[in-house]
Amino acid sequence: MKRIFFIGLFIFIVFSSAGQAAEDIINKVKAKLEKVNDYEAKGKMKTNVVFIKAPIANVKVYYKKPNKLRINNESGISFIPKGSVNINLNNIFINTEGFDIIDVGKEAGTNLRIIKLLPKDENAEVVLSTVYVDEVQYVIKKAKTTTRENGTYELEMTYGKYAEYGLADKVSFSFNTKDYKLPKGITFDYDDGSKKEEPADKLKNKKGKVEITYSAYTINKGVPDSVFK
Amino acid sequence: MWKLLKIELFKIFKRPRTYIAFGAIAAIVFLIQVALKFDGKSYVDLLMSNLSGSFEFSDEFKNKLLNGYLICFVILNTLLIQMPLLVALIAGDSIAGEANMGTLRLSLTKPVSRTQYMLVKFAASVVYTLALLIWMAALALFGSMLIFGTNDMVVLRSEGIEQMKDFDVLWRYVAAFGYAAVALTTVSALAFLLSVFAENSIGPIIATMSIVIVFTILSEMNIPIYDKTIKPYLFTSHMVAWKGFFYVKADAEGTTINGSIENLPAVLRSLGILVAYIVLFFSTAVWVFRKKDILT
Repeated sequence: MKRIFFIGLFIFIVFSSAGQAAEDIINKVKAKLEKVNDYEAKGKMKTNVVFIKAPIANVKVYYKKPNKLRINNESGISFIPKGSVNINLNNIFINTEGFDIIDVGKEAGTNLRIIKLLPKDENAEVVLSTVYVDEVQYVIKKAKTTTRENGTYELEMTYGKYAEYGLADKVSFSFNTKDYKLPKGITFDYDDGSKKEEPADKLKNKKGKVEITYSAYTINKGVPDSVFK
Repeated sequence: MWKLLKIELFKIFKRPRTYIAFGAIAAIVFLIQVALKFDGKSYVDLLMSNLSGSFEFSDEFKNKLLNGYLICFVILNTLLIQMPLLVALIAGDSIAGEANMGTLRLSLTKPVSRTQYMLVKFAASVVYTLALLIWMAALALFGSMLIFGTNDMVVLRSEGIEQMKDFDVLWRYVAAFGYAAVALTTVSALAFLLSVFAENSIGPIIATMSIVIVFTILSEMNIPIYDKTIKPYLFTSHMVAWKGFFYVKADAEGTTINGSIENLPAVLRSLGILVAYIVLFFSTAVWVFRKKDILT
Protein backbone atom coordinates (compact mmCIF):
# COMPACT_ATOMS: atom_id res chain seq x y z
CA MET A 1 0.00 0.00 0.00
CA LYS A 2 2.85 2.32 0.97
CA ARG A 3 4.68 1.42 -2.23
CA ILE A 4 1.64 2.27 -4.39
CA PHE A 5 1.29 5.62 -2.58
CA PHE A 6 4.94 6.53 -3.23
CA ILE A 7 4.76 5.49 -6.87
CA GLY A 8 1.59 7.60 -7.30
CA LEU A 9 3.25 10.54 -5.53
CA PHE A 10 6.33 10.21 -7.77
CA ILE A 11 4.22 10.17 -10.97
CA PHE A 12 2.23 13.21 -9.77
CA ILE A 13 5.42 15.15 -8.93
CA VAL A 14 7.10 14.28 -12.24
CA PHE A 15 4.09 15.17 -14.37
CA SER A 16 3.10 18.29 -12.46
CA SER A 17 6.68 19.61 -12.55
CA ALA A 18 6.90 18.85 -16.28
CA GLY A 19 3.59 20.70 -16.87
CA GLN A 20 4.89 23.60 -14.87
CA ALA A 21 8.06 23.67 -16.90
CA ALA A 22 6.08 23.70 -20.16
CA GLU A 23 4.05 26.64 -18.92
CA ASP A 24 7.24 28.42 -17.92
CA ILE A 25 8.72 27.82 -21.34
CA ILE A 26 5.59 29.14 -23.02
CA ASN A 27 5.60 32.21 -20.78
CA LYS A 28 9.24 32.93 -21.60
CA VAL A 29 8.55 32.56 -25.33
CA LYS A 30 5.51 34.84 -25.03
CA ALA A 31 7.48 37.42 -23.05
CA LYS A 32 10.06 37.55 -25.83
CA LEU A 33 7.40 37.99 -28.51
CA GLU A 34 5.61 40.64 -26.48
CA LYS A 35 8.65 42.88 -26.65
CA VAL A 36 7.62 43.55 -30.24
CA ASN A 37 4.72 45.99 -30.68
CA ASP A 38 5.22 46.38 -34.42
CA TYR A 39 7.80 45.81 -37.09
CA GLU A 40 8.55 46.37 -40.72
CA ALA A 41 10.75 43.76 -42.34
CA LYS A 42 12.36 43.49 -45.75
CA GLY A 43 12.84 40.12 -47.31
CA LYS A 44 12.73 37.82 -50.31
CA MET A 45 9.76 35.54 -50.80
CA LYS A 46 9.86 32.28 -52.67
CA THR A 47 6.56 30.61 -53.62
CA ASN A 48 6.53 26.86 -54.10
CA VAL A 49 3.08 25.67 -55.21
CA VAL A 50 2.74 22.76 -57.62
CA PHE A 51 0.66 24.69 -60.18
CA ILE A 52 2.37 28.10 -59.91
CA LYS A 53 5.62 29.19 -61.52
CA ALA A 54 6.58 32.45 -59.84
CA PRO A 55 9.76 34.49 -59.56
CA ILE A 56 11.40 35.31 -56.22
CA ALA A 57 9.77 38.48 -54.94
CA ASN A 58 11.14 41.37 -52.88
CA VAL A 59 8.60 41.85 -50.10
CA LYS A 60 7.97 44.02 -47.11
CA VAL A 61 6.22 42.45 -44.13
CA TYR A 62 4.38 44.73 -41.73
CA TYR A 63 3.16 43.67 -38.30
CA LYS A 64 1.27 45.45 -35.58
CA LYS A 65 -0.09 44.09 -32.32
CA PRO A 66 -2.25 42.18 -31.68
CA ASN A 67 -2.68 40.37 -34.99
CA LYS A 68 -2.29 42.69 -37.97
CA LEU A 69 0.06 41.39 -40.61
CA ARG A 70 0.54 42.36 -44.23
CA ILE A 71 2.91 41.05 -46.89
CA ASN A 72 3.48 43.60 -49.65
CA ASN A 73 5.30 42.94 -52.87
CA GLU A 74 6.82 46.37 -53.38
CA SER A 75 7.19 46.20 -57.14
CA GLY A 76 5.60 43.07 -58.56
CA ILE A 77 2.83 40.56 -57.94
CA SER A 78 2.83 37.82 -55.31
CA PHE A 79 0.32 35.12 -54.55
CA ILE A 80 -0.17 35.43 -50.80
CA PRO A 81 -1.64 32.29 -49.20
CA LYS A 82 -4.64 32.50 -46.93
CA GLY A 83 -3.67 32.23 -43.29
CA SER A 84 -0.34 33.96 -43.88
CA VAL A 85 -1.13 36.04 -40.78
CA ASN A 86 0.07 32.96 -38.91
CA ILE A 87 3.67 33.65 -39.85
CA ASN A 88 3.49 36.03 -36.94
CA LEU A 89 4.02 33.73 -33.97
CA ASN A 90 2.11 36.00 -31.60
CA ASN A 91 -0.98 34.82 -33.43
CA ILE A 92 -0.62 31.40 -31.81
CA PHE A 93 -1.12 32.90 -28.36
CA ILE A 94 -4.06 35.14 -29.16
CA ASN A 95 -6.87 33.51 -27.29
CA THR A 96 -9.00 35.28 -24.76
CA GLU A 97 -9.80 32.21 -22.71
CA GLY A 98 -6.30 30.77 -22.56
CA PHE A 99 -4.98 27.29 -23.30
CA ASP A 100 -4.56 23.90 -21.85
CA ILE A 101 -0.86 23.18 -22.14
CA ILE A 102 0.27 19.63 -22.79
CA ASP A 103 3.94 18.77 -22.58
CA VAL A 104 4.73 16.04 -25.07
CA GLY A 105 8.42 15.83 -24.24
CA LYS A 106 11.44 16.29 -26.45
CA GLU A 107 11.70 15.64 -30.16
CA ALA A 108 14.15 12.88 -30.91
CA GLY A 109 17.25 14.17 -32.62
CA THR A 110 16.60 17.91 -32.32
CA ASN A 111 16.09 18.18 -28.55
CA LEU A 112 13.27 20.65 -29.14
CA ARG A 113 10.49 20.68 -26.54
CA ILE A 114 7.15 19.73 -28.04
CA ILE A 115 4.23 21.53 -26.42
CA LYS A 116 0.62 21.33 -27.47
CA LEU A 117 -1.72 24.25 -26.91
CA LEU A 118 -5.42 23.46 -26.75
CA PRO A 119 -7.64 26.56 -26.73
CA LYS A 120 -10.13 26.54 -23.87
CA ASP A 121 -12.61 28.37 -26.07
CA GLU A 122 -14.46 25.60 -27.90
CA ASN A 123 -15.46 27.95 -30.70
CA ALA A 124 -11.97 29.27 -31.39
CA GLU A 125 -10.83 29.19 -35.04
CA VAL A 126 -7.61 27.45 -33.98
CA VAL A 127 -8.34 23.93 -32.82
CA LEU A 128 -4.83 22.90 -31.86
CA SER A 129 -1.33 24.33 -32.00
CA THR A 130 1.79 22.28 -31.57
CA VAL A 131 4.98 24.25 -31.01
CA TYR A 132 8.55 23.00 -30.99
CA VAL A 133 10.55 25.22 -28.65
CA ASP A 134 14.28 25.73 -28.40
CA GLU A 135 14.78 25.73 -24.63
CA VAL A 136 18.10 27.55 -24.80
CA GLN A 137 16.98 30.58 -26.82
CA TYR A 138 13.27 30.34 -25.89
CA VAL A 139 12.14 30.63 -29.48
CA ILE A 140 9.66 28.54 -31.48
CA LYS A 141 11.51 26.63 -34.16
CA LYS A 142 8.50 24.81 -35.60
CA ALA A 143 4.75 25.18 -35.23
CA LYS A 144 1.78 23.30 -36.56
CA THR A 145 -1.63 24.97 -36.33
CA THR A 146 -4.85 23.18 -37.11
CA THR A 147 -7.75 25.50 -37.84
CA ARG A 148 -11.46 24.86 -37.96
CA GLU A 149 -11.99 26.16 -41.53
CA ASN A 150 -8.67 26.53 -43.31
CA GLY A 151 -6.84 23.28 -42.74
CA THR A 152 -3.42 22.94 -41.20
CA TYR A 153 -0.56 25.42 -41.39
CA GLU A 154 3.02 24.52 -40.66
CA LEU A 155 5.80 26.92 -39.83
CA GLU A 156 9.53 26.44 -39.64
CA MET A 157 11.80 29.19 -38.43
CA THR A 158 15.51 29.85 -38.46
CA TYR A 159 16.81 32.50 -36.08
CA GLY A 160 19.76 34.88 -36.21
CA LYS A 161 20.37 38.38 -34.96
CA TYR A 162 16.73 39.11 -34.09
CA ALA A 163 16.30 36.03 -31.87
CA GLU A 164 16.10 38.19 -28.74
CA TYR A 165 12.76 39.48 -30.05
CA GLY A 166 11.63 36.04 -31.13
CA LEU A 167 11.78 37.18 -34.79
CA ALA A 168 13.07 34.72 -37.36
CA ASP A 169 15.57 35.34 -40.15
CA LYS A 170 13.80 32.79 -42.27
CA VAL A 171 10.22 31.56 -42.15
CA SER A 172 8.84 28.66 -44.13
CA PHE A 173 5.05 28.57 -44.21
CA SER A 174 3.29 25.44 -45.51
CA PHE A 175 -0.40 25.44 -46.29
CA ASN A 176 -3.04 23.33 -48.00
CA THR A 177 -3.87 24.18 -51.61
CA LYS A 178 -7.10 23.28 -53.33
CA ASP A 179 -7.12 21.81 -56.83
CA TYR A 180 -6.60 24.16 -59.76
CA LYS A 181 -8.09 23.75 -63.23
CA LEU A 182 -9.45 26.13 -65.85
CA PRO A 183 -11.39 25.01 -68.92
CA LYS A 184 -9.31 24.97 -72.12
CA GLY A 185 -12.15 26.86 -73.78
CA ILE A 186 -11.17 29.87 -71.67
CA THR A 187 -7.41 29.60 -71.80
CA PHE A 188 -6.98 28.38 -75.44
CA ASP A 189 -3.71 26.74 -74.41
CA TYR A 190 -1.01 25.99 -76.93
CA ASP A 191 -0.51 22.24 -76.92
CA ASP A 192 3.16 21.71 -77.77
CA GLY A 193 2.69 17.95 -77.98
CA SER A 194 4.79 17.28 -74.88
CA LYS A 195 1.84 16.56 -72.61
CA LYS A 196 3.03 14.51 -69.68
CA GLU A 197 0.84 11.82 -68.23
CA GLU A 198 0.25 13.00 -64.69
CA PRO A 199 -1.65 11.15 -61.99
CA ALA A 200 -5.22 12.42 -61.78
CA ASP A 201 -4.74 13.85 -58.30
CA LYS A 202 -1.42 15.57 -59.03
CA LEU A 203 -2.85 19.05 -58.74
CA LYS A 204 -5.33 18.25 -56.03
CA ASN A 205 -5.01 19.05 -52.34
CA LYS A 206 -1.25 19.46 -52.33
CA LYS A 207 0.80 21.36 -49.81
CA GLY A 208 2.06 24.74 -50.90
CA LYS A 209 5.01 26.49 -49.33
CA VAL A 210 6.08 30.09 -49.02
CA GLU A 211 9.55 30.93 -47.76
CA ILE A 212 10.48 34.41 -46.59
CA THR A 213 14.12 35.20 -45.92
CA TYR A 214 14.35 38.46 -44.01
CA SER A 215 17.26 40.81 -44.51
CA ALA A 216 16.35 43.48 -41.95
CA TYR A 217 13.73 44.32 -39.32
CA THR A 218 12.73 47.76 -38.09
CA ILE A 219 11.24 47.02 -34.67
CA ASN A 220 8.95 49.18 -32.54
CA LYS A 221 9.28 52.29 -34.69
CA GLY A 222 5.54 52.46 -35.42
CA VAL A 223 3.59 51.18 -38.42
CA PRO A 224 0.56 53.19 -39.62
CA ASP A 225 -2.79 51.40 -39.72
CA SER A 226 -3.24 52.48 -43.34
CA VAL A 227 -0.67 49.83 -44.34
CA PHE A 228 -3.07 47.05 -43.37
CA LYS A 229 -6.04 48.30 -45.40
CA MET B 1 8.92 44.56 -109.40
CA TRP B 2 9.20 47.34 -106.81
CA LYS B 3 7.09 49.65 -108.99
CA LEU B 4 4.49 46.92 -109.39
CA LEU B 5 4.42 46.36 -105.64
CA LYS B 6 3.90 50.07 -105.07
CA ILE B 7 0.98 50.00 -107.51
CA GLU B 8 -0.56 47.00 -105.74
CA LEU B 9 -0.14 48.64 -102.34
CA PHE B 10 -1.66 51.84 -103.69
CA LYS B 11 -4.65 49.82 -104.92
CA ILE B 12 -5.09 48.10 -101.55
CA PHE B 13 -4.77 51.21 -99.43
CA LYS B 14 -6.85 53.37 -101.77
CA ARG B 15 -9.94 51.22 -101.23
CA PRO B 16 -12.09 52.32 -98.28
CA ARG B 17 -12.93 48.70 -97.31
CA THR B 18 -9.26 48.12 -96.48
CA TYR B 19 -9.73 50.37 -93.48
CA ILE B 20 -12.72 48.41 -92.17
CA ALA B 21 -10.25 45.93 -90.68
CA PHE B 22 -8.24 48.71 -89.00
CA GLY B 23 -11.47 50.20 -87.64
CA ALA B 24 -12.71 46.81 -86.42
CA ILE B 25 -9.46 46.13 -84.57
CA ALA B 26 -9.46 49.59 -82.99
CA ALA B 27 -13.09 49.10 -81.86
CA ILE B 28 -12.49 45.65 -80.35
CA VAL B 29 -9.29 46.71 -78.57
CA PHE B 30 -10.94 49.87 -77.25
CA LEU B 31 -14.03 47.99 -76.01
CA ILE B 32 -11.93 45.38 -74.19
CA GLN B 33 -9.73 48.06 -72.63
CA VAL B 34 -12.74 50.09 -71.44
CA ALA B 35 -14.44 46.99 -70.01
CA LEU B 36 -11.32 45.92 -68.12
CA LYS B 37 -10.58 49.44 -66.92
CA PHE B 38 -13.97 49.80 -65.29
CA ASP B 39 -14.85 46.21 -64.39
CA GLY B 40 -11.52 44.43 -64.46
CA LYS B 41 -11.81 43.29 -60.85
CA SER B 42 -14.86 41.16 -61.66
CA TYR B 43 -12.87 39.60 -64.50
CA VAL B 44 -9.98 38.82 -62.12
CA ASP B 45 -12.45 37.37 -59.59
CA LEU B 46 -13.78 35.08 -62.31
CA LEU B 47 -10.31 33.96 -63.37
CA MET B 48 -9.11 33.48 -59.80
CA SER B 49 -12.27 31.87 -58.43
CA ASN B 50 -10.47 28.54 -58.50
CA LEU B 51 -7.75 29.86 -56.23
CA SER B 52 -9.77 31.97 -53.83
CA GLY B 53 -9.88 29.10 -51.32
CA SER B 54 -6.10 29.03 -51.01
CA PHE B 55 -4.95 32.60 -51.67
CA GLU B 56 -5.87 36.13 -50.66
CA PHE B 57 -6.60 38.52 -53.50
CA SER B 58 -6.55 42.11 -52.27
CA ASP B 59 -7.62 45.05 -54.42
CA GLU B 60 -3.97 45.98 -54.71
CA PHE B 61 -3.20 42.52 -56.11
CA LYS B 62 -6.03 42.83 -58.65
CA ASN B 63 -4.87 46.29 -59.74
CA LYS B 64 -1.33 45.05 -60.22
CA LEU B 65 -2.51 41.95 -62.06
CA LEU B 66 -4.59 44.01 -64.50
CA ASN B 67 -1.58 45.64 -66.09
CA GLY B 68 -0.94 46.44 -69.75
CA TYR B 69 0.84 43.15 -70.41
CA LEU B 70 -2.08 41.00 -69.21
CA ILE B 71 -4.63 43.18 -71.03
CA CYS B 72 -2.67 42.79 -74.28
CA PHE B 73 -2.56 39.02 -73.77
CA VAL B 74 -6.35 38.94 -73.27
CA ILE B 75 -6.83 41.03 -76.43
CA LEU B 76 -4.51 38.84 -78.50
CA ASN B 77 -6.29 35.74 -77.19
CA THR B 78 -9.57 37.16 -78.49
CA LEU B 79 -8.41 38.90 -81.64
CA LEU B 80 -6.05 36.41 -83.17
CA ILE B 81 -9.05 34.12 -83.65
CA GLN B 82 -10.94 36.85 -85.57
CA MET B 83 -7.97 38.31 -87.42
CA PRO B 84 -7.94 35.63 -90.17
CA LEU B 85 -11.25 37.01 -91.46
CA LEU B 86 -9.75 40.48 -91.78
CA VAL B 87 -6.66 39.12 -93.49
CA ALA B 88 -8.73 37.01 -95.88
CA LEU B 89 -10.67 40.12 -96.93
CA ILE B 90 -7.67 41.41 -98.87
CA ALA B 91 -5.78 38.22 -99.76
CA GLY B 92 -8.95 36.50 -101.03
CA ASP B 93 -9.64 39.50 -103.24
CA SER B 94 -6.18 39.86 -104.79
CA ILE B 95 -6.64 37.64 -107.89
CA ALA B 96 -10.39 36.97 -107.79
CA GLY B 97 -11.07 40.72 -107.44
CA GLU B 98 -9.08 41.47 -110.60
CA ALA B 99 -10.92 38.67 -112.41
CA ASN B 100 -14.23 40.02 -111.20
CA MET B 101 -13.47 43.53 -112.41
CA GLY B 102 -12.16 42.17 -115.72
CA THR B 103 -8.70 43.69 -115.25
CA LEU B 104 -6.70 40.49 -114.77
CA ARG B 105 -5.96 39.92 -118.45
CA LEU B 106 -5.07 43.59 -118.85
CA SER B 107 -2.69 43.42 -115.89
CA LEU B 108 -0.91 40.47 -117.44
CA THR B 109 -0.18 42.41 -120.61
CA LYS B 110 2.57 44.19 -118.66
CA PRO B 111 6.11 42.91 -119.28
CA VAL B 112 6.23 40.74 -116.17
CA SER B 113 5.98 36.98 -115.85
CA ARG B 114 2.98 35.40 -114.18
CA THR B 115 5.23 34.23 -111.33
CA GLN B 116 6.46 37.78 -110.76
CA TYR B 117 2.89 39.04 -110.90
CA MET B 118 1.85 36.49 -108.27
CA LEU B 119 4.86 37.34 -106.12
CA VAL B 120 3.94 41.01 -106.16
CA LYS B 121 0.27 40.31 -105.41
CA PHE B 122 1.19 38.04 -102.49
CA ALA B 123 3.80 40.48 -101.19
CA ALA B 124 1.15 43.23 -101.16
CA SER B 125 -1.17 40.96 -99.11
CA VAL B 126 1.67 40.25 -96.67
CA VAL B 127 2.41 43.99 -96.30
CA TYR B 128 -1.28 44.57 -95.54
CA THR B 129 -1.21 41.73 -92.96
CA LEU B 130 1.88 43.20 -91.30
CA ALA B 131 0.34 46.68 -91.26
CA LEU B 132 -2.75 45.26 -89.57
CA LEU B 133 -0.61 43.46 -87.00
CA ILE B 134 1.51 46.54 -86.28
CA TRP B 135 -1.70 48.53 -85.83
CA MET B 136 -2.96 45.92 -83.39
CA ALA B 137 0.37 45.84 -81.51
CA ALA B 138 0.33 49.62 -81.20
CA LEU B 139 -3.19 49.67 -79.80
CA ALA B 140 -3.25 46.46 -77.78
CA LEU B 141 0.26 46.50 -76.34
CA PHE B 142 1.40 50.11 -76.19
CA GLY B 143 -2.14 51.44 -75.68
CA SER B 144 -2.72 49.05 -72.77
CA MET B 145 0.70 49.82 -71.30
CA LEU B 146 -0.23 53.49 -71.40
CA ILE B 147 -3.68 53.02 -69.86
CA PHE B 148 -2.96 50.24 -67.33
CA GLY B 149 0.79 50.61 -66.71
CA THR B 150 3.16 47.67 -66.47
CA ASN B 151 3.91 45.06 -63.84
CA ASP B 152 4.72 41.37 -63.61
CA MET B 153 2.75 39.30 -66.09
CA VAL B 154 0.58 36.37 -65.06
CA VAL B 155 -0.61 33.89 -67.68
CA LEU B 156 -3.33 31.43 -66.76
CA ARG B 157 -3.17 28.00 -68.36
CA SER B 158 -5.69 25.25 -67.88
CA GLU B 159 -3.44 23.41 -65.42
CA GLY B 160 -1.14 26.07 -64.06
CA ILE B 161 -0.10 29.67 -63.69
CA GLU B 162 2.96 31.27 -65.25
CA GLN B 163 4.38 34.45 -63.77
CA MET B 164 7.09 36.59 -65.33
CA LYS B 165 8.91 39.66 -64.01
CA ASP B 166 7.99 42.86 -65.87
CA PHE B 167 11.48 43.27 -67.37
CA ASP B 168 11.15 39.79 -68.86
CA VAL B 169 7.95 40.44 -70.85
CA LEU B 170 8.49 42.93 -73.66
CA TRP B 171 10.87 40.75 -75.70
CA ARG B 172 8.28 37.95 -75.48
CA TYR B 173 5.70 40.24 -77.11
CA VAL B 174 8.16 41.13 -79.89
CA ALA B 175 8.66 37.39 -80.51
CA ALA B 176 4.92 36.67 -80.22
CA PHE B 177 3.97 39.41 -82.72
CA GLY B 178 6.68 38.15 -85.07
CA TYR B 179 5.19 34.67 -84.78
CA ALA B 180 1.65 36.01 -85.26
CA ALA B 181 2.84 37.68 -88.49
CA VAL B 182 3.87 34.27 -89.84
CA ALA B 183 0.60 32.69 -88.60
CA LEU B 184 -1.55 35.32 -90.31
CA THR B 185 0.57 35.11 -93.46
CA THR B 186 -0.41 31.42 -93.57
CA VAL B 187 -4.08 32.42 -93.66
CA SER B 188 -3.23 35.07 -96.22
CA ALA B 189 -1.49 32.43 -98.39
CA LEU B 190 -4.53 30.13 -98.12
CA ALA B 191 -6.92 32.92 -99.15
CA PHE B 192 -4.51 33.86 -101.95
CA LEU B 193 -4.49 30.27 -103.22
CA LEU B 194 -8.29 30.05 -103.16
CA SER B 195 -8.45 33.42 -104.90
CA VAL B 196 -6.76 31.90 -107.97
CA PHE B 197 -9.67 29.50 -108.47
CA ALA B 198 -12.46 32.07 -108.23
CA GLU B 199 -13.71 34.95 -110.27
CA ASN B 200 -15.50 36.59 -107.39
CA SER B 201 -13.76 37.53 -104.14
CA ILE B 202 -16.65 36.50 -101.86
CA GLY B 203 -15.99 32.81 -102.55
CA PRO B 204 -12.32 32.70 -101.45
CA ILE B 205 -13.03 34.90 -98.41
CA ILE B 206 -15.87 32.68 -97.18
CA ALA B 207 -14.01 29.49 -98.06
CA THR B 208 -10.92 30.68 -96.13
CA MET B 209 -13.00 31.57 -93.10
CA SER B 210 -14.85 28.25 -93.23
CA ILE B 211 -11.58 26.32 -93.35
CA VAL B 212 -10.12 28.37 -90.48
CA ILE B 213 -13.26 27.92 -88.35
CA VAL B 214 -13.51 24.14 -88.94
CA PHE B 215 -9.78 23.64 -88.35
CA THR B 216 -9.83 25.83 -85.22
CA ILE B 217 -12.71 23.83 -83.76
CA LEU B 218 -10.84 20.60 -84.51
CA SER B 219 -7.67 22.05 -82.96
CA GLU B 220 -9.43 23.03 -79.75
CA MET B 221 -11.48 19.84 -79.33
CA ASN B 222 -10.16 17.38 -76.78
CA ILE B 223 -10.89 14.14 -78.58
CA PRO B 224 -8.02 11.64 -78.22
CA ILE B 225 -8.51 10.14 -81.69
CA TYR B 226 -7.78 13.56 -83.27
CA ASP B 227 -4.89 14.46 -80.96
CA LYS B 228 -2.27 12.47 -82.83
CA THR B 229 -3.95 11.88 -86.17
CA ILE B 230 -5.34 15.22 -87.31
CA LYS B 231 -4.38 18.01 -84.92
CA PRO B 232 -0.59 18.01 -85.52
CA TYR B 233 -1.18 18.56 -89.24
CA LEU B 234 -3.68 21.40 -89.02
CA PHE B 235 -2.09 24.82 -89.44
CA THR B 236 -4.59 26.23 -86.92
CA SER B 237 -3.07 24.00 -84.18
CA HIS B 238 0.22 25.85 -84.73
CA MET B 239 -1.24 29.35 -85.06
CA VAL B 240 -1.60 29.64 -81.26
CA ALA B 241 2.06 28.76 -80.67
CA TRP B 242 2.80 32.47 -80.08
CA LYS B 243 1.65 31.67 -76.54
CA GLY B 244 4.65 29.38 -76.19
CA PHE B 245 6.76 32.54 -75.67
CA PHE B 246 4.79 33.17 -72.47
CA TYR B 247 5.24 29.67 -71.05
CA VAL B 248 8.34 29.78 -68.87
CA LYS B 249 10.70 27.25 -67.38
CA ALA B 250 10.93 26.89 -63.62
CA ASP B 251 13.45 25.27 -61.30
CA ALA B 252 12.65 22.29 -59.06
CA GLU B 253 11.04 24.60 -56.49
CA GLY B 254 8.75 26.30 -58.98
CA THR B 255 10.77 29.51 -59.28
CA THR B 256 10.51 31.10 -62.72
CA ILE B 257 13.74 31.18 -64.72
CA ASN B 258 13.99 34.66 -66.25
CA GLY B 259 14.41 34.76 -70.02
CA SER B 260 13.43 31.12 -70.48
CA ILE B 261 10.87 29.50 -72.77
CA GLU B 262 9.35 26.22 -71.61
CA ASN B 263 9.52 24.43 -74.97
CA LEU B 264 11.31 26.50 -77.60
CA PRO B 265 11.89 23.53 -79.96
CA ALA B 266 8.12 22.96 -80.12
CA VAL B 267 7.49 26.64 -80.92
CA LEU B 268 10.16 26.55 -83.63
CA ARG B 269 8.70 23.32 -85.01
CA SER B 270 5.27 24.97 -85.19
CA LEU B 271 6.87 27.97 -86.91
CA GLY B 272 8.51 25.64 -89.44
CA ILE B 273 5.17 23.95 -90.13
CA LEU B 274 3.51 27.32 -90.78
CA VAL B 275 6.34 28.39 -93.12
CA ALA B 276 5.95 25.05 -94.95
CA TYR B 277 2.20 25.74 -95.33
CA ILE B 278 2.94 29.23 -96.71
CA VAL B 279 5.38 27.79 -99.25
CA LEU B 280 2.89 25.05 -100.17
CA PHE B 281 -0.09 27.41 -100.59
CA PHE B 282 1.87 30.04 -102.49
CA SER B 283 3.71 27.67 -104.81
CA THR B 284 0.44 25.84 -105.58
CA ALA B 285 -1.20 29.19 -106.33
CA VAL B 286 1.65 30.12 -108.70
CA TRP B 287 1.59 26.69 -110.35
CA VAL B 288 -2.19 26.84 -110.92
CA PHE B 289 -2.05 30.46 -112.10
CA ARG B 290 0.75 29.76 -114.59
CA LYS B 291 -1.36 27.02 -116.15
CA LYS B 292 -4.63 28.92 -115.97
CA ASP B 293 -6.42 30.06 -119.06
CA ILE B 294 -7.19 33.68 -118.24
CA LEU B 295 -10.38 34.81 -119.90
CA THR B 296 -11.30 37.95 -117.92
